[in-house]
Amino acid sequence: MILTFLLVVPIIGAISLIFLPRENKQLINWFAFAVTVVNVVISLHLYLLYDVSSEGYQFTLKIAWIPSLNVYYHIGIDGLSVFLILLTTFLSAIAVISSWTAIDEQVKEYMALMLLLETAVIGVFISLDLFLFYLFWEASLIPMALLIGRWGGKDRIYASIKFILYTMSGSALMLVAAIVVYNFGDGVNPTSDLPTLVAHSHLISEDMQKLLFFAFILAFSVKVPLFPLHTWLPAAHVQAPTAGSIILAGVLLKLGTYSMMRFAIPLFPKAVAFWSPLLVTLAVIGILYGALVALVQDDVKKLVAYSSVAHMGFVVLGIFVMDQNGMMSRQAMSAAVLQMVNHGLSTGMLFFLVGVLYERRHTREFSQYGGIWVKVPVFGSFFILAAFSSVGLPGLNGFVGEFLILMGTFSRNPVAALFATFGIVLAAWYILTAVRKILFGPFNPANNNLTDMNPREIGISLAFIIPCFFIGFFPNTLLKIINPSTESIASLVDTAILIVSK
Amino acid sequence: MTNLIWLVIALPLAGALFNGIFGRRVGYQVVAKVAPTTVFLAFLVGLGGAFETYARHGEAQLVTLWTWAEIGELNIPISFLVDPLSMTMVLVVTGVGFLIHIYATDYMVHHHHGEVHPDRDFARFFAFLNLFIASMLVLVLGDNYLMMFIGWELVGACSYLLIGFWHDRPDDPQAAIEVEGGESVEVAPLLSPAASGMKAFVVNRIGDVGFALGVFLIWTTFGTLQFDQLFSRIASSAEMYRESALHGDFTVISAIALLLFIGAMGKSAQFLLYVWLPDAMAGPTPVSALIHAATMVTAGVYMIVRSNVIYASAPNVSFFVAVVGAFTSFFAATIALVQVDLKRVLAYSTVSQLGYMFMAVGVGAYTAGIFHLVTHAFFKACLFLAAGSVMHALGDVIDIRRMGGLRKKMPHTAMTFYLGGLALAGFPLTAGFFSKDEILAKAFEYSPLLWGIGIVTAGMTAFYTFRAIFLAFEGEPRDQELYDHAHENRLAVTGPLWILAVLAIFGGLLGLPAPVLHELGIDVPHVMENWLHPIIQEVGHHEEHHPSLTTELILLASSGGLAVISILVAYYFYMINRSIPQTLARSTRPLFALLVNKYYIDELYNTVFVEPALTLSNTMSRGIDQTLIDGIVDGSAYGIAELGKYLSQLQSGFISRYALATFIGVLFLVGYFFLLGQFPNWIN
Repeated sequence: MILTFLLVVPIIGAISLIFLPRENKQLINWFAFAVTVVNVVISLHLYLLYDVSSEGYQFTLKIAWIPSLNVYYHIGIDGLSVFLILLTTFLSAIAVISSWTAIDEQVKEYMALMLLLETAVIGVFISLDLFLFYLFWEASLIPMALLIGRWGGKDRIYASIKFILYTMSGSALMLVAAIVVYNFGDGVNPTSDLPTLVAHSHLISEDMQKLLFFAFILAFSVKVPLFPLHTWLPAAHVQAPTAGSIILAGVLLKLGTYSMMRFAIPLFPKAVAFWSPLLVTLAVIGILYGALVALVQDDVKKLVAYSSVAHMGFVVLGIFVMDQNGMMSRQAMSAAVLQMVNHGLSTGMLFFLVGVLYERRHTREFSQYGGIWVKVPVFGSFFILAAFSSVGLPGLNGFVGEFLILMGTFSRNPVAALFATFGIVLAAWYILTAVRKILFGPFNPANNNLTDMNPREIGISLAFIIPCFFIGFFPNTLLKIINPSTESIASLVDTAILIVSK
Repeated sequence: MTNLIWLVIALPLAGALFNGIFGRRVGYQVVAKVAPTTVFLAFLVGLGGAFETYARHGEAQLVTLWTWAEIGELNIPISFLVDPLSMTMVLVVTGVGFLIHIYATDYMVHHHHGEVHPDRDFARFFAFLNLFIASMLVLVLGDNYLMMFIGWELVGACSYLLIGFWHDRPDDPQAAIEVEGGESVEVAPLLSPAASGMKAFVVNRIGDVGFALGVFLIWTTFGTLQFDQLFSRIASSAEMYRESALHGDFTVISAIALLLFIGAMGKSAQFLLYVWLPDAMAGPTPVSALIHAATMVTAGVYMIVRSNVIYASAPNVSFFVAVVGAFTSFFAATIALVQVDLKRVLAYSTVSQLGYMFMAVGVGAYTAGIFHLVTHAFFKACLFLAAGSVMHALGDVIDIRRMGGLRKKMPHTAMTFYLGGLALAGFPLTAGFFSKDEILAKAFEYSPLLWGIGIVTAGMTAFYTFRAIFLAFEGEPRDQELYDHAHENRLAVTGPLWILAVLAIFGGLLGLPAPVLHELGIDVPHVMENWLHPIIQEVGHHEEHHPSLTTELILLASSGGLAVISILVAYYFYMINRSIPQTLARSTRPLFALLVNKYYIDELYNTVFVEPALTLSNTMSRGIDQTLIDGIVDGSAYGIAELGKYLSQLQSGFISRYALATFIGVLFLVGYFFLLGQFPNWIN
């Protein structure tokens, strides 16, 4: 039931917002924040109740939804989703509170959309039914597109439509593939129940799996985004309001990598070995390409957006790397799950901090800044910490994920690891370039009236950076929960390969 | 104390947190007490650990705190190793670090007509400095390659933050060097602190790629990153690895050794990756002394000595290490000959001396490498701090062309610089003499050619050191205004200087040439060798062919004698006949310009790596992202929109047409499946 609460609370909040007086923005702000905080509390409770020792799904609930079609309201979580849910509730609260001053028009609609978005994302993370999942997957699109299209920047319409078209065209094939899988069902009856489908995945021939896997992975890769399907991301980020970027980078991108592990691999384990080389190659290209392109951006947000392409490349690499015998790396896979959380925190924080500057100066051009650390020491310190987290400095979260992904990758595919490791040089280059252009150098007098962060903003920054340090020091707290889930996914592939090779 | 060894890290870390968060509020005087105190307490804990290690006869002890990561067969704990090597490093880092902290409490304050002006970011400086100490201690205390890598990266970040400490300062243009007759040689401007810090971090990260890959290869091959497990696994077949490497095979151990060494080339500024270190001088001088001379840059040497089993099993890579070290020492010394910036003379000298250390560990003289690491920490810290004392007195001027005669104004600074300089020059009986000689003797055993390079470098070292000394402290003042402004510094500055100077002179007692003295009838222990003995694993049967007493004595005499002669030549050039260097510069002008411009390596790297990378980035951003991919995306969106317009004409509103279209469609589908021979199961 607790999962259903997570799902329903934001919807109830969004509906309740309708009855609040439009003029009282403060009330709306506080109300929306309170709703997200309730969800944070529920998700923390969920984490405390989570049974580390048991494998498989927990907090499951399975109710027939459309009995004639064998479609279920089947929800549940495991080590793969538990931290992503925490990340979602946490970032939603931060996104709402960081919008308090940034959003001034149609606050009510804005907040309602933010809450609906939270529901949709949580829905994706807890769905154990293919159609339920598809419903939430598509539903997550609409609030974000509206947030960009209504509260975005100058070219918001173009960005919003690009976002919709890119993602929708990716999802279209997935729908077809999902229907096919549904029809295979358990071999007798069609069903969309995920555990049933996974248990009968061996019924689908290898060639068919390859096709279906492709259709699914295409939809997910657009979301990640995997090179070369990434060009919607910089456009969307540059136009999106700050909170939109935090949610987009922090959570929405993870829908892609999460779904790869939750759906694409378990449903089509025989296809993984076939597609792995391509995906690994594209991931490595993305790591280097994203970093190189980030290097020459004039807009801070674009730089962070391209850095996401690079960072998510690490995640995809960790998920799909395998050796010539089709052995996946448990280390890289678990670390990839951790890295999803890490990227959400570090990139979310970077976008938040860029938003702090944007609110004050209404520009994100590097040339408009320079030397401002003198003027805004607190902001500068947090920005450097966020940069360090993003660049994978030990002691902070990003290092854990990157290091373990690369080490796991090396044990399976040294060549991919070699190229990907060069990504850490480029990452240092672009992120320190950003730090230098904004904070260092002679003071740019255009920033004479710049004020340092207020207590609310400091509080938000601390809320970001404390978990970053925690993960950096004690990653095993998370890994020991993640491990059993990645193990079960990896062993599905191992078994499938054994069967195929026989 | 051993079980509390984590305190040596926790104390400065706590200091960093306190000064970083509350430093501005509590005022600079509190910061100036807290920061050195934490390091001093860490030093005491380290002393305790060292004594206990001594009492255990050097037996290593593990202190495990918690499990960092455990996935499948991977298990990495946060654990510390207390053994002679780590304790040596802890004492150097906290001991020299403490002195430099004390020095910095005054260096980072400006006294102006009786008023005290602390640096704007006084607290931030000490927060970073404390953080560096903690990071460096993680590096040397870690019991596995992951911990070492964590420390490795963290010291790099601290280095970045501290080089760029005065982050709002611009590039520093340099006056051209005049050579006789109105001609001059242009000097490239010095990079701004912010740019220098970034350069240091990025260049270091290139090395870190090698290091990280080395760590990955260790794990993939041996399934552990723990020192004790790994080394015992390698040691059991070390002989085999060694033999096959000697037969020309590039074993997996060789690969590991080479990859780790690439990391060392970055961190310890060896040839190809040394370019960041001279620019690191843009940081405040205590930083140069602590990080870029005494401690961080020696991390690579520490790493190799720690991994001595690996390197002893890979003689081919060890040879490469020795060659890179020897070449770097020579190469950097030639540049140091003509630099006009006092700190840069010392910076190139550091690169050069690090080269010596690598030459030592490359030829298998691990204790000699650590011995030189320790004495170098003493005398180079002393020299840097003395140079800083000059800078402080001259209002940040560091160009030796504007100095001269400063000894009269700053006797303590001058004296300590002299003593540190003697040690660097390898003047007989100073600490540098013994440690350098030990390296040269070991190099001679290995290959007389290496010794040759070493001895020539030693001559140049003595020469450029005393060139700088004579130009700065002797003769007539060349900038009267500056000279009048100059004054000796306070006790907080001169005190650490004297302590370091004394260590620079007497530090040699740690490593007297025991075998030679023994044959001469004097029995003294080689303290360092006895102390470090437990951590050096013997690989291969070394035929004990010590050079004869005569050879040893000749080697000793030649390096000592050469130092004296070189100092005399410098004296003649810069005190007696000052036209000689000018004439020399003019007659060899292309060579002179080459040296002044550091062989144009920075320019070369810019042209070969930086510019092409940026061009590539721009091309990809504009060409691939905006034109190619978005062209396809926007193009297909446009195409579909056009198609939609066309198709919308079909929607004419006549039901009969729709019916016809539907009929054709169904016919088509049925026909298709009929021909296929089966119907999809959802039709049934």
